[in-house]
Amino acid sequence: MSIDTAPTVSATALDATSGATTRRDIAHRLLMTLGPILVALVIAGCILLAVGVDPLAYYGFVLEKGLFSPLGIQQTLTRMAPLLFLAAGLIVAFRAGMWNLGGDGQFLLGAVTAAASAPMFVQVMPAWLALVCSFLIAMVVAMIWSLVPALLRAYQGVNEIITTLMMTFLGTSLANVLVKLAFRDPNTTVPQTRTLPVEDRLPRLFETTITSGLLLGLAAIVIVHLVMTRTAFGLKLRIVGANPRAAVHSGLGVPGLTVAVFAISAGLAGLAGAVDIIGVQGNVRADWNPAYGLAVIPAVFLARMNGFAAIGFVFLLSVLSIGGESAARRLGVPNHFTLVLVSIVLIVLALAEYFDHRYNQSRRA
Amino acid sequence: MTGLFSEVFLSALLFGAVTAAIPLLLAGLGEQISEKAGVLNIGIEGMMLAGAYLGFVGAFYSGSLWLGFLTGAVGGAAVALVMALLCVRIGLNQIVIGIALTLGLEGLTALLHHFQFSRSYPRLPAAEATVIPLLSDIPVIGPAFFKHHLIVYLAVALVFGMSYLYRRTQLGLNLQAAGDKPAALDVAGIDVVRTRTIAVLTTGALAGLGGAYLANVGAGLFIPFITNGAGFLGIVLAMLARGRPIWVLFGALLFGVCLSLTTAMQVAGINIPTDIIQMLPFLAVMIMLVLFGRRASLPAALGIPYERGAR
Repeated sequence: MSIDTAPTVSATALDATSGATTRRDIAHRLLMTLGPILVALVIAGCILLAVGVDPLAYYGFVLEKGLFSPLGIQQTLTRMAPLLFLAAGLIVAFRAGMWNLGGDGQFLLGAVTAAASAPMFVQVMPAWLALVCSFLIAMVVAMIWSLVPALLRAYQGVNEIITTLMMTFLGTSLANVLVKLAFRDPNTTVPQTRTLPVEDRLPRLFETTITSGLLLGLAAIVIVHLVMTRTAFGLKLRIVGANPRAAVHSGLGVPGLTVAVFAISAGLAGLAGAVDIIGVQGNVRADWNPAYGLAVIPAVFLARMNGFAAIGFVFLLSVLSIGGESAARRLGVPNHFTLVLVSIVLIVLALAEYFDHRYNQSRRA
Repeated sequence: MTGLFSEVFLSALLFGAVTAAIPLLLAGLGEQISEKAGVLNIGIEGMMLAGAYLGFVGAFYSGSLWLGFLTGAVGGAAVALVMALLCVRIGLNQIVIGIALTLGLEGLTALLHHFQFSRSYPRLPAAEATVIPLLSDIPVIGPAFFKHHLIVYLAVALVFGMSYLYRRTQLGLNLQAAGDKPAALDVAGIDVVRTRTIAVLTTGALAGLGGAYLANVGAGLFIPFITNGAGFLGIVLAMLARGRPIWVLFGALLFGVCLSLTTAMQVAGINIPTDIIQMLPFLAVMIMLVLFGRRASLPAALGIPYERGAR
């Protein structure tokens, strides 16, 4: 697992102070990110042509609605908030070599507990305290949910891919049961939780519709990045990830660290659910499952578990999904096309990285 | 309550369980062969969807279910070919590519369905059952297990075929070695990349066949996201089975009963959210893991691309 701390996306800011070599490096990295995305857009465009849609019109729409229109960019930035929390959780788990594939279950349980607790709390305490409490409860519930896979992996060596996948199926169903039976709003016909009034939700930034959850998400991922790269605790986790047996021999308490990793990773996924509910949605409808986790996992890999690069990829994902949703409504291309586009972008990026690596190796040799 | 436990109800329940179990069985057997050879195939959900879509298209336009199964298997294998090229031949990250393939096929099949079938939602006629003489006359069990489409019996036979492959053939040993100690296999003069490619393509074909069964026999039509996590269940089954095909069969039947129970409860008008019943198989497995959890015997080189001479 490469431990690579060079920033990819936010690197342009460093331009003025760095020398010529780093500038070439930055240009190279930008090229290696934007080039593949362009290639992916061309390939996806061919699919659009095949089904009889003008690709230029489609992409124009995606860019306009996802990036350049004031409303679109605000929606994009709002969508980033939960994705950033999920990405932060995955970075911790993956750097420590643990496959937490249960993000969606943890996310939904966090969302449901936040949705259930926030409207109750705002009646008995100041709004800011109510939100903090809901966030904490969502985090704790998601942490508890990850305890079984964590303990099984830590003390029994049961593979966490199976257990987290199963817990995510269980969690999705449990979230539905909770919405339908326990936390159902008696005043609506559709099963959903009680709606948090708009004025009690997370404040919006300045005069926009962007949720302040975006700042929380950015803070979370930057903190996670710094903890993983700059602290002793992060180094311990990375040693566990790079070589668990070496970690045991160097005297690290691997089982305890394993449980800690799962708790942090799941807690962040729970916070992702809470930030989506308390910041944006206001309630959870039955059978609501945005399945963010599945798209965030490959993005985190492509960012090489680097927090700053992950911010860039999460931004890209958000632009594509918000723009795609608008384009779907206008051009009659179903929303599902976004999935195809994201998938092609991921594959081409992975290929580009491979060929770049090969090229560098052959030049060095 | 008498109606609930009548013979008819029970055999319908078990019949549904078998129908629900077959796609899981095929996916699980498929995933198993990839995992044995050291490839963690997360793209299996996408392969099933490709199989379901192409299988339905094949059966719908040709009028032949068997041709549908064939196109489904070919569709799954085609997706697997992409996976084999990217993850086995050039060694890209299996999880990234697997998830990307699943996302892409989810989108692509839904897109094609939208432009092709979303106005008419055509259905296939009910699949013709092969009735096994004598056995099918047993009360309850007969109609439940011995009145299925021929492919169901073939799928069950495949379980034993796979056991034979793993235990008694050279290819089976090669597959095992490709997952446990690929370098040793290479030294023995056998191409690791080729062995793993065979495994991944077989996975694709089986997953595609499972998808085609799901669409053509199970549902009789294709709808977007029809697999609904069946591929991921296949991964769970393969990992729980620890390399033994017969355990995939038992696991698939357990999940099949629970899936079938969900529908049966709705038909019987029992007012429990289906989500609770859907949780049962996972709960059962988790409890089993907590009670008897031991180290899963996964292949040592699972998920690690093979590169000759590395280290």
